Amino acid sequence: MAHALADPWSQGFVQRAFLELALLGIVGSALGCWVLFYELSYGAESLAHALFPGLVLAALAGAPLVLGAVGGVLVAAAAVAAFGRTPEIGRDTAIAVVITTLFGLGVLLALASASPPGLNELLFGDLLGVSGTDLAIAAALGAIVLTSLVLLHRQLLAVGFDRVNAAAFGARPVLVDLSLLGLLAAAIVIGVQGLGNLLVLAVLIGPAATARVLTRRLLPMMSLAAVIAIACGAGGLYLSYYAETAGGASVAGITLAAYLGVRLTAVAR
Amino acid sequence: MSALLSVRGLAAGYGSEPVLEGLSFDLEPGERIGVLGPNGGGKTTLFKALLGILPRLAGEVDSAGRFGYVPQTERSRLDYPVSALDVALMGALSRVTWWRPLGRAERRIAQTALVRVGLGDRSEEQFGELSGGQRQRVLVARALVQDGSVLLLDEPFTGVDQPSAELLDRLLDGLAAESRGVLIATHDLEQARRWDRVLCLNRRQIAFGPPEQVLTRAVLEETYGGEIVALPPANGEPVGILPPHHH
Repeated sequence: MAHALADPWSQGFVQRAFLELALLGIVGSALGCWVLFYELSYGAESLAHALFPGLVLAALAGAPLVLGAVGGVLVAAAAVAAFGRTPEIGRDTAIAVVITTLFGLGVLLALASASPPGLNELLFGDLLGVSGTDLAIAAALGAIVLTSLVLLHRQLLAVGFDRVNAAAFGARPVLVDLSLLGLLAAAIVIGVQGLGNLLVLAVLIGPAATARVLTRRLLPMMSLAAVIAIACGAGGLYLSYYAETAGGASVAGITLAAYLGVRLTAVAR
Repeated sequence: MSALLSVRGLAAGYGSEPVLEGLSFDLEPGERIGVLGPNGGGKTTLFKALLGILPRLAGEVDSAGRFGYVPQTERSRLDYPVSALDVALMGALSRVTWWRPLGRAERRIAQTALVRVGLGDRSEEQFGELSGGQRQRVLVARALVQDGSVLLLDEPFTGVDQPSAELLDRLLDGLAAESRGVLIATHDLEQARRWDRVLCLNRRQIAFGPPEQVLTRAVLEETYGGEIVALPPANGEPVGILPPHHH
């Protein structure tokens, strides 16, 4: 038993995968709590899809993924703003059309026969193929996101508490909204290498949602979410190692199972 | 003594169309002004225009100092992870650069404000777990932390329990005694009668002056339209009361 538990950790690729998941877990949990309280889960999912062509173009050009993510977010925001202003389309439809179009464009580029192999990893991730460089970039981005969240803490708290009247108390809703958008894009870049564009949201939102069932206080919620994310990451790696399932999907699956388990236990009580 | 707040010909609204116009009044130090009007009559619009979070479409507003603001409590989220102290501390945000954390001095001020509203021992409790009256008192504490010379309270007595209402009443007296000016939006005519002056609004200024002059049947009918119910005069004064389901 002990041997079975320890065995995967002797492999360097498992260690790197776990470090990647731990980084994403810590950053994603802090950010994920704000995503929940700002009711941005669907927006975050849309954002992940919308910036996909940016990631693909950056990978094709050999540029850092973070640049592609920033470009992708800007293009998506501009397109939603432009189409949302057309009265006969409306904002809701504009978002749906822009997101699916951009995501479709990204998939088309990533899976084109002329594109180099491996770009489909941006969709589903390659958890067991995380390199030292990927980890270093993720750590740097993670430090930026966490520092920003600390600096923005009071602003985030005030705007989320009462957005309508926040300005009367010196809070800045526009600063907070734009910052959250940027930080989400950064978190998606951290996670995309390991989990892929389609699954990264599971680690951003799942542990925070699970922790929210267990506590109503913010800092305990963030800490608990990080512990849950790291535990689910380790669980997913074991599953992937022994059942030979896809790494990202295993982590996402365990994260969802943890949420359902905690939720059902809470309901049963 | 010069006025803390002087409003001349103010018009305000959410787009280019004014929701409220023709406002002219002064608020003197130590004065409590009751702001009366039906729902949608412009009480909240007036406060937001004074605070500068709604555009002023016409007129002038001169104010000597900062504002403290107590918005309607039902706007606050109950499932949100903030303690009473966190909410009170939001009153200090406008005094520090946005990225600076709030320090020990601000925490002391916020704690003192919570003590003043009778919640000194509840500062670590979650805002959403307090009673309606206690939540209203926390919002008042946040306004105290803003340390404004003018306080704007938007229906602070709505939905609060008797002890909270009495505490708020004493607090308003205390603030006036500190030479602050207080504007209180209310639906309670009896309460407004006890304050120094009354401002009646219904999308425009209907009347402004001492309660004994302003709270006449004619003014109240013009302010509330058909919503007013007249009761027999008490002590020779006309008495109006709103239908119970006014809110």
